[in-house]
Amino acid sequence: MNLQQRIVELYQKTATELPKDIIDALVNAQPEENNYIGCLHLEKILENIILAKKESKPICQDTGTPIFYVKYSRKYPQDEVGKAIRAATKIATKRSFLRPNAVNILKDKNIGNEPVIHFVEKYRFVEKYQYLQMDLILKGGGSENVSAIYQLPNQELNAERNLDGVKKCILDAVFKAQGKGCPPYIIGVAMGGNIEQVAHLSKKQLLRRINDKNSIPKLARVESQTLRDINQLGIGPLGLGGDTTALAVKIDSGWRHPASFFVGISFSCWCLRRQSL
Amino acid sequence: MKELEIQQDIDITSLKIGKVILLSGVVFTARDKAHQFLLKEDVCKMENRVIYHCGPIIRRNKVISAGPTTSARLNMYTPQLIEKYNIQGIIGKGGMDENVLQALRGKAVYFSAIGGAGALYSETMKVNNVYKLEFGMPEAIWEFEIKAFPVVVAMDSKGNSLYKNVFKKSKRVYNKLIK
Repeated sequence: MNLQQRIVELYQKTATELPKDIIDALVNAQPEENNYIGCLHLEKILENIILAKKESKPICQDTGTPIFYVKYSRKYPQDEVGKAIRAATKIATKRSFLRPNAVNILKDKNIGNEPVIHFVEKYRFVEKYQYLQMDLILKGGGSENVSAIYQLPNQELNAERNLDGVKKCILDAVFKAQGKGCPPYIIGVAMGGNIEQVAHLSKKQLLRRINDKNSIPKLARVESQTLRDINQLGIGPLGLGGDTTALAVKIDSGWRHPASFFVGISFSCWCLRRQSL
Repeated sequence: MKELEIQQDIDITSLKIGKVILLSGVVFTARDKAHQFLLKEDVCKMENRVIYHCGPIIRRNKVISAGPTTSARLNMYTPQLIEKYNIQGIIGKGGMDENVLQALRGKAVYFSAIGGAGALYSETMKVNNVYKLEFGMPEAIWEFEIKAFPVVVAMDSKGNSLYKNVFKKSKRVYNKLIK
């Protein structure tokens, strides 16, 4: 099978099958949910996941923006990979694995789908090796709309330039989002010195497995504390009340300019569709 | 679970928040573009109808996936739309603001559908018709026949809102945590 066909299959799998770690998190949350409506929602969500896989239908009709993270060695020409992704995107749209989701702003016209591709060259692989690894996220629009970037210090939140300040930003973002982005959420966070860095790194945190542990103990602690606090807010599945508001918080830290301290917060809905090739 | 048939003369005002219902009948999808269009033009078909905030995936006139989209984006159009077409019900997700809650009074209710459950909902509906397909598949106005479509009454016609209750409770916890 050529690369283009493999990417079409990757699209189909990503749109119709949720990764096991996320299904497990939802399965574990359901019996713990004390709110009747919340519990019923988790039950229906799980029913939907099973049905989507069985019928090979997109789990959610918003198949989002396709975001690719591609690691490659020099032997794999970047323009060829990009071409294969674009061609596969067209086919996947035609076969209804993807909803046409790209709107040309100036023409105000729906033009199909436009993938976002992040390339990372792996220098440690010598030139003669062919190496290609691809992670795909289909990033829904509802949860993208509640994503946010904060600056520290933030007087309104009484948040200073430390991990406690970062935690306050996350809580504020979840409080403001309420049920608009389809909770239970998976939340990626990044600290850094400029806005594109924290936007990019926070979204990349959504690639981490739900149950993995941050290798930096300080961050691992903040992740679990923040998750506990979020789930006290009582927002619940789809914002109708309950104990399950988030399934995970994942935090990354970059470097920063002495003047700046940005906190990027990328939300994913419960339906975090990510698969790899 | 209670079943409810959408009809032209249904007594929607007796529904209370928190009630889980299986809806059946005809609904029209409408998102941002459709709302602008419906307010500008007079489309008599829309009178006394139920609006569904949804941008579906349709293939050869079959519904492939069709869960709700975020309703909050339509806050600014909704009071006018309810007034103009005497809309009886709105299906969406995430809730709507105070102005909409007031516009619902004595007239209509807001149903919350399960966000993300597009495959599940697709099994409960079929396509009757489509209008303004030139807006693009997600933004067109699709006329669906739904059957036993699970929803929760989340904002009723007496000024009650589940979202408001959840917001108030979360605000108390938030204030304590942020301090």
